[in-house]
Amino acid sequence: MKRVYVYKVFERFWHWNQALLIIFLAITGFEVHGSIDLFGYEAAVKFHRVASYLLLGLIGLAIFWHFTTGEWKQYLPTTKNIKDQIWYYTSGIFKNSPHPMKKTSLRKLNPLQVWTYLGFKILIIPVMVVSGLLYMWHKQIDANDIVVISSFELSTIAVWHTFGAWLLVAFIIVHVYMTTTGHTVVSNIKAMITGYEDVDDEKDEKADPPAPVAKGRPELNKEINLQTK
Amino acid sequence: MKKSSVFIIIGVNALIVLVIMLLHRENPPNVALEELKVKYAKSHEPSVDHSKLPELDREFSSPQEVTETCISCHTERHIEVMQSSHWNWERVSYVEGKGVKAIGKKNVVNNFCIGAQSNEQACAKCHIGFGMTDDEFSFENARNVDCMVCHDNSEEYLKGSATAGYPDRTVNLTQVAQSVGNPQKSNCGTCHFYSGGGNNVKHGDLEEALLATTREVDVHMAANGIDLGCTACHTAENHQMLGRLYSVSSENTNRATCEQCHTGTPHLDQLLNTHTAKVSCQACHIPEYAKENATKMAWKWSEAGRLNEGQPYHEEDSLGNHTYLSIKGEFVWERNVQPDYVWFNGHASHYLLGDTINMNQLPLKINKLLGSHDDPQAKIFPVKIHRGDQIYDKKYKYLIQPKLYAENEGDSAFWKDFNWNTAAAAGMKRINMPYSGEYDFIETEMYWPINHMVAPKANTVGCAECHTRQDGRLESLAGFYLPGRDRVEWLDYLGLFLIGASILGVALHGGIRIFMNLKNEEYTSFDINEEQKKQTEK
Repeated sequence: MKRVYVYKVFERFWHWNQALLIIFLAITGFEVHGSIDLFGYEAAVKFHRVASYLLLGLIGLAIFWHFTTGEWKQYLPTTKNIKDQIWYYTSGIFKNSPHPMKKTSLRKLNPLQVWTYLGFKILIIPVMVVSGLLYMWHKQIDANDIVVISSFELSTIAVWHTFGAWLLVAFIIVHVYMTTTGHTVVSNIKAMITGYEDVDDEKDEKADPPAPVAKGRPELNKEINLQTK
Repeated sequence: MKKSSVFIIIGVNALIVLVIMLLHRENPPNVALEELKVKYAKSHEPSVDHSKLPELDREFSSPQEVTETCISCHTERHIEVMQSSHWNWERVSYVEGKGVKAIGKKNVVNNFCIGAQSNEQACAKCHIGFGMTDDEFSFENARNVDCMVCHDNSEEYLKGSATAGYPDRTVNLTQVAQSVGNPQKSNCGTCHFYSGGGNNVKHGDLEEALLATTREVDVHMAANGIDLGCTACHTAENHQMLGRLYSVSSENTNRATCEQCHTGTPHLDQLLNTHTAKVSCQACHIPEYAKENATKMAWKWSEAGRLNEGQPYHEEDSLGNHTYLSIKGEFVWERNVQPDYVWFNGHASHYLLGDTINMNQLPLKINKLLGSHDDPQAKIFPVKIHRGDQIYDKKYKYLIQPKLYAENEGDSAFWKDFNWNTAAAAGMKRINMPYSGEYDFIETEMYWPINHMVAPKANTVGCAECHTRQDGRLESLAGFYLPGRDRVEWLDYLGLFLIGASILGVALHGGIRIFMNLKNEEYTSFDINEEQKKQTEK
C-alpha cells in the first residue's frame, strides 16, 4: 500500500464548498419548485440566491485554478483503459481485483471519471449556471426604475433549471456511492479531506505515461516521488 | 506545511470577515415612505372662512339659490363641474368592440339595481344635481348643479330619498352654505359607501367604517394612522376627479394609482420590486376586503316578488344584513372576503342596453376587465366578483331594464306592483326597445377591482400564498409560469425516476459487493490486518 498526494489544498477547498453549496441549492431550489417545505418560501428564495452567487464565485475560482495550473488536462477525454475500468466496476470490484488505474496527482481520474466530470463541467454546470442566471435576471429594473422582462419564457428557463437539478441530485447519489470503491470504503473520502490517498500496491506497475501537467514542473515530480516512497 | 495551512486558514477567515463587513447593511429606513408621511401629515388650511361671507348669511328658499350664490363668486367653476362625469353620468371613450361611445350610468346596467333608466327619481340621490326626475333632465342648466353634496363640511347636508336629487326638506341650507370646504370622507361616502342601496353593498372595500377606522382595516384612512381623506389620492384639477370605477368606465386613463405617491418600485427589496411588472400593488397589499361590515356577494333577482299574505317582507342574517327582500330578491353577504384575481390592463368592456346575450357564454359578464399575461399593460388585480341573475327578454335575447321605482301602486313599478311583466314593459318602453312579453332570468357577473382597505405591512399577502402547489390565491389564474405553483409534470416524474434508479442501482451494486466480500474471508482478514498495522504504526 502506498500513500499518494492526490488533492491539493485548493482542490479540496473547492470540492467541499461546491458540495455544500450544491446540496444547499438543491434543498432551497426544490422548495422554490414547490416540492418541499423547509425554510419557508421567501427564505428559500433568498438563500438560493445567495448560495448561487457564492457558487458562481467558486466556479470562477475553479476555472481560474484549472487553467493556471494546467489541471484542466486531467479532464481531456480518453478511451484508453476505459474497457478495463468498465470491467472493474461491473465485475472486478466484486472479486476484489485491483483497481485497473493507479491514482497519482498526475492522473487522478480514471477514464470513466474523466468522462463523467467532463460532462459535469461542460454540460450540467453550464446548463445550471445559464438557466439560473436567466431565471434570476428574468425581470430587471433599468436605470429609469422600470421593470424590464426578458423575452425568454420563464417556463422554458425553469424546465432546463429543474432538469439540471434532477441530474445533479442523481449525480450526488452515485458520486457518494462511488467514493466507497477505493482501497477501503472511506479511503477516497479521506483523500478528499487530507489530500493523501491510500492506493492499492501493484506488483505489475504499468508505467503510466507522465501526464503533460508535469512538463516543466520538476518540483511536482519531486514531491510525488517523495510521497510515493 | 503545517505553518502554511495555519496561514491559509487565518487568511481565509480574515477574508470572510472582511467580505461580511463590506456587505453587511443595517436594514435601512424606507426614506420615500417617511417623506410621504411628513408630506401628508400637514392638513389643508382653507384660505376662506365661508361663515364670514355676508352673501351666505341669509335664508335660502331653494337649493338652486345656494348654487347661484356659489356661482356669484366662483364664476367659472360650474362650467368645470358640468364637464365632469359626476354631473354628466357618462364619459366619451373608446369601448372595446363598440368604438367611440359615451357610456355611463345613462346606458350601462349593473348587477345590483340593474339601471337608472326609468328609476331616476330614486337613483338621482347620487347625482350632483337637482331635479332629475326622468330622462328629460337638462344637463345644460347650471342652477341645478349641487355644490353642497360634495362641499358641505357640516355633515348637515342630506339628499332626500326619491326626491330626484333634491336635499331632504329638513336640511338647513344656510348652515350648509356657510360651512363649505374641501370634500371630506363623508361627502364622497354618502354615495360611494352606500351605493347599491346600503352600506358596502357594491364595492366591498368602500364603506362607512372608513370614516373612523384602524390601520388594520386601512393604513391610509385610519384614524390612528395618517388619516388621509379620499381627495388625498383622488385629487382634482378643475373638478375633474382622478380615479375611475370600472362598472361605468372603459379606458386606462385618469386613474388614481398607488404609484402616484409610492412610485412603481417602492420596495427596498429588488425582488419585490420586479414583481410590480406583472403584479399590482393591490394584489399583495389588500389580502381581504369587507373587513368591518359585510358586502353583497350575490343578488338573485329571480327570487324577488314573493309576498307574505300579500305584503312584501324581508329576512335578515345574524349580522342584520338583509338576506331576502320581496322587492329585490335573495342576497348573499360576506365579511373578510379574500379577493379573486384577474389580469387587468385598465380597459374594460361593458354590456350596454340592447346588446345581444351570447347564450353559450354564461354567466353574462356585465362588465369585463380586459387583459392577459401576455399583455404588457396588464397586471394581476384583486377583484370582487358579484354574482347574480337578472331578467332578460327570452325572444330578443337581451337584458331588460325594468321599471322598479314609482311613487304609487298601479304605475307598473316592480317595487310597488311585484309584476315583472308590466315592470319590464314599462322600463323597455322608456328606453325605446321592444319587449316580447316573454321574460326569464339568466346568471350574471360583475367585476369590481379592489383598491382600498390596504393592510399594514405585516399583514400583506405572503410569498407562499401564491407560490404554492395547491390552494394558492392564484391557483386558477392561467397563462404563465408561476414558480412554486407550476411545474412540468413529466419532467418531475422523470427526475424522480432518475433518483429512484440511481438509488436502486447503487444499492444493488453495493449489495453485491458486500455479499461477495463476506464470501471472501481472505479479503476481510487482509483488511483487518491492514487496519491493525496502521494502528501499531501510529
